Amino acid sequence: MRCGDFKENYIDDEEIFPSPFTKFWLALFLIFLIAFPFMANAHLLYIANMIGFAVIGAVGLNLLTGFTGQISLGHAAFIGVGAYTSAILVTRYGISFWLSIPLSGLVSALAGMVIGIPSLRVKGLYLCIATLAAQFIFGFTFVHWESMTKGITGIHIPPPAVGSFQFDTEKSFYWITLLFVILGVGYARNLVRSKMGRAFVAIRDRDLAAEIMGINLFRYKLSAFAISSFYAGVAGALWVSFLKVVTPEHFPFILCIQYLAMVIVGGLGSVIGSIFGAVFMTLIPEILNVLSDMVKSYAPGMAKMIIPFKQVVFGSMIVGFLIFEPRGLAEIWSRIKKFFTLWPFSY
Amino acid sequence: MTQPVAEEIQLQVEEIHLSFGGLKVLAGVSTSVKKGEIFSIIGPNGAGKTSLLNCINRFYTPDRGKIIFEGQNILKLKPHQLAALGIARTFQNVELFKHMTVVDNIKLGHHVHLRSGFLSGGIYYGKTRREEMALRKEIEERIVDFLEIEQIRKSVVHTLPFGLQKRVELARALAMKPKILLLDEPATGMNLEETEDIARFILDINEEWGVTIILIEHDMGVVMDISDRVCVLDFGVKIAEGEPAEVRQNEQVIKAYLGQVDLTYSRLGA
Ligand SMILES: Nc1ncnc2c1ncn2[C@@H]1O[C@H](COP(=O)(O)OP(=O)(O)OP(=O)(O)O)[C@@H](O)[C@H]1O
Ligand SMILES: [Mg+2]
Repeated sequence: MRCGDFKENYIDDEEIFPSPFTKFWLALFLIFLIAFPFMANAHLLYIANMIGFAVIGAVGLNLLTGFTGQISLGHAAFIGVGAYTSAILVTRYGISFWLSIPLSGLVSALAGMVIGIPSLRVKGLYLCIATLAAQFIFGFTFVHWESMTKGITGIHIPPPAVGSFQFDTEKSFYWITLLFVILGVGYARNLVRSKMGRAFVAIRDRDLAAEIMGINLFRYKLSAFAISSFYAGVAGALWVSFLKVVTPEHFPFILCIQYLAMVIVGGLGSVIGSIFGAVFMTLIPEILNVLSDMVKSYAPGMAKMIIPFKQVVFGSMIVGFLIFEPRGLAEIWSRIKKFFTLWPFSY
Repeated sequence: MTQPVAEEIQLQVEEIHLSFGGLKVLAGVSTSVKKGEIFSIIGPNGAGKTSLLNCINRFYTPDRGKIIFEGQNILKLKPHQLAALGIARTFQNVELFKHMTVVDNIKLGHHVHLRSGFLSGGIYYGKTRREEMALRKEIEERIVDFLEIEQIRKSVVHTLPFGLQKRVELARALAMKPKILLLDEPATGMNLEETEDIARFILDINEEWGVTIILIEHDMGVVMDISDRVCVLDFGVKIAEGEPAEVRQNEQVIKAYLGQVDLTYSRLGA
């Protein structure tokens, strides 16, 4: 009988998937992810890919903002840097897509470190404003460095390929996205339970005490910026390779806000929360679209009101979450998990 | 009590001056701490005891003076470099990572002794895995058992009463494998029994682990019982130093505490 989560010893306690129960559900979920493209249509697969890019980007932002406590408004810019790096490497220098992905991550990480330098001196709102500089600097560069970025026309990107096989459909690209999501989530989950991840959280919790522990604040804050931007760069590179085009319009300021919303709604300082947040922020607008189409077909007279109404509903849902579950979807998840772990003997 | 023959000086404080604006907090304090001793700093409120510790672990930069730890002038270093030298510290008001569990707090104490980086940490296989397992084992067997905090190891720190938080902070400092441990009022806010526990822990840490202790404490019973030497500060000046018995008799010390006449005897434990 399973009536609690008693650990045999503390070594088991350090396992990433603590119980066979979790392992079982995780395996089931993986099977679903693998079976999904065989069941879904192109539109659903399109959404699935979008969710994947959002997950990678959100995990990255959560490492910086949720775990290390450094609020950043530069995430969209870092996504853009990765996107352009990959596009330029592939189209101009003939580098393969597969190599361009880690390289985009690295270039983005470098950009992130530069933008992260003020984090040693300033915190909170001030850091927010300092990172906003990234949005302006890189946004300007995307538009005006025409010899490289082709300005507002943008760059057309050939689909990735292995031999003669081209990943040019929603379905084939899904496998690439899935691979990188698994790598990205796995890496983050491990990182946060090792030396570096603990140092990140220590800095967020109490930077003074972190210093006493021998944590070099500057080095670790910059590392957080670098890793976070690496994720952003990879997400951006994958995204535009999927879209087969990149223009400056892909990286508006609102994109940073959306990513911040993902990690807040999902749960700051939770890797799994970033996934929930990404799914929520991508899926809910789609669901609202479907619903509003339905309403439109029943009551065509209301068509004009539907679009603003959608925004209001979406906005209220986010606010609702913040009020009723400030610790995000991750908290709801952990309650559900607790319930089912103990079920039916939950006393 | 017979002292070991070789009395090596581990920490030397020379002519430390510290002021904030016009306020002189430390006015030329000099002292030295021997390897392996329990060295207490006492004095009335506001005497500058905490400020002296803050200078030692580099939160404050004195206007003048030198602080030499094992032959090295540590005033040239940054706070985060002291952990690797073996200087650990606890605080008067507890500086824990309040939203983390007790075990995670203690793990952070071990930070500088861990080798895994951002690559191996993210892969968590081989080196990192072994290291993390060994770390947990050491924490459980050497620290959690020793300080008797098995019951709370999974608790989030801010949910614990102040007395236990102080104990967790001590545990975290021990995980740093310090050579010298600076304790700022470790028994504050504790009842008699807890105070006795803490005094016993300090003695054990000193004797069994061979850690030098600098102790600030208002509980004179504890100070007089366990200290090898006591240094008395008053208004930023050292007014006495010596073995507990000598200090207790010192005229100036009695005077410094005379603000509270009836307290003098109980406070000095005489
Ligand atoms: N950062 C600071 N800025 C201004 N004044 C300070 C600062 N730190 C300490 N002081 C002042 O220095 C004096 C000594 O303070 P300190 O905390 O060292 O005393 P203490 O001996 O530890 O006292 P207590 O027994 O109350 O802990 C006090 O008058 C205090 O107000
Ligand atoms: Mg003090």
